[in-house]
Amino acid sequence: MALISMTVNGVQVSQEVDDSTLLIEFLREKLKLTGTHMGCDTTQCGCCVVHIDGVSAKSCTVLVGQAAGRSVTTIEGLAKGGELHPLQKAFREHHALQCGFCTPGQIMAGAELIATYPGELNEHVVREEMEGNLCRCTGYHNIVRAILAAGAEIRGTKITDPTLASHSVEG
Amino acid sequence: MYPFTYHRPKTIAEAQQAFSEGMDATFLSGGHTLLPTLKQRLAAPSDLIDVTGIPEMQGIEEAGGFLKIGAATTHDTVFASPIVRRLIPALSGLAGSIGDRHVRHRGTIGGSTANNDPSADYPSAVLGLGATVITDRREMASDDFFVGLYETAREPGEIVTRIDFPVPDIACYAKFRSPASRYSIVAVFVSKTGSAVRVAVTGAGASGVFRLPEFEEALSADFRPEAIAHLTVDPDMLLSDMSATAEYRADLIRVMARRAVEKPGQIQSFK
Ligand SMILES: Cc1cc2nc3c(=O)[nH]c(=O)nc-3n(C[C@H](O)[C@H](O)[C@H](O)COP(=O)(O)OP(=O)(O)OC[C@H]3O[C@@H](n4cnc5c(N)ncnc54)[C@H](O)[C@@H]3O)c2cc1C
Ligand code: FES
Ligand code: FES
Repeated sequence: MALISMTVNGVQVSQEVDDSTLLIEFLREKLKLTGTHMGCDTTQCGCCVVHIDGVSAKSCTVLVGQAAGRSVTTIEGLAKGGELHPLQKAFREHHALQCGFCTPGQIMAGAELIATYPGELNEHVVREEMEGNLCRCTGYHNIVRAILAAGAEIRGTKITDPTLASHSVEG
Repeated sequence: MYPFTYHRPKTIAEAQQAFSEGMDATFLSGGHTLLPTLKQRLAAPSDLIDVTGIPEMQGIEEAGGFLKIGAATTHDTVFASPIVRRLIPALSGLAGSIGDRHVRHRGTIGGSTANNDPSADYPSAVLGLGATVITDRREMASDDFFVGLYETAREPGEIVTRIDFPVPDIACYAKFRSPASRYSIVAVFVSKTGSAVRVAVTGAGASGVFRLPEFEEALSADFRPEAIAHLTVDPDMLLSDMSATAEYRADLIRVMARRAVEKPGQIQSFK
């Protein structure tokens, strides 16, 4: 057992937990933040992605001790002051989810990609960089569109996906 | 996972001490191989000693003709490093081809090298560049370090602290990856320094990463894809699994070696 402290969604938390506790277990079971989903438990699917000091990570493959003293953001912490994050809005706008199980991980991964990717975001880049997030429903098309749309909004750039540009003009 | 005690030492000495005090301790770096293994209950270490908080095991520098990379440096840091891009662009590209971005944010060069997975990328660069593996007690040439499947010359409790890569004139890497696992089915790393050429293959060897002396000789005489077009690889020494047969891998090695040499200084990923 160890006393683990970290900042989660801006709030300082401390709990006594077993050393073998995974970050996802800490978030879901101790803090009751159940937005972070356990999809595969084998580091493949990306449903469990959170940010640790602003960097995306699969929380099913991080021990609480490895996140101690750090700042963790989960899907519950993405909206600010009741206002959805632009990528959350874009997921709704572009119908980028069906069952929604993969969605928290997709949004956390996409938000980090938009915030940190050094180059231009285009369809190819988004598909390559989102390889660690699997979706069994949507076929990815609308997920990619949503990330491109939110990326353009956040970065103040033009959308580089032609199908999306025409959609926006019509819409 | 079976229960264990987690340690986060700040120095090599503290890590060594934690290891010697543990009943059956093991080191933890990025955890992206070890934690999935523990979840499957394939191992039950008493203590996990996290080496990523040790400052001297972090970071990238250029010194005395070598590119020196701390063992706990993540794949993403190696990929993005301007020093690595300038000195050995193929190594940066190799790091950027590993897994997916979340895996690259946590997995480390030292963990990958110490683990010596027969399909992992880094062992091919360490061997293909003739790097030196630095531990808390000695320095080992890459030719002596990789011993077999998941096996290295590391002794119990020996910590890989840094990898020193000699800077080559040319390095190139061609990887044929499994779209599902993202590991290599076959990948070939080629480097040239003066007239000396090294060719290392990962993903294919029945006993892990290995060199191809015949290919090296041919490319030393003539560093062009045509120089190795007539060479073949014996499937007897290769892996056969659900991704590919040994014969298919033998052929892929020839193709990847040729493609690597076609684009010196680059990394190419095929899937
Ligand atoms: C979905 C997924 C896809 C992946 N795809 C690829 C891929 O395409 N190519 C690829 O090469 N890899 C791939 N990997 C593996 C990934 O790169 C691992 O991170 C890496 O192999 C191990 O590094 P680590 O830092 O996570 O080591 P850990 O998991 O922490 O440790 C691995 C082993 O090395 C030992 N060890 C760690 N550090 C040291 C040290 N400094 N000294 C001595 N022993 C040490 C540990 O005790 C353990 O036995 C993938 C992993 C996942 C989950
Ligand atoms: S639950 Fe973590 S990657 Fe699938
Ligand atoms: S929306 Fe169902 S898994 Fe992605």
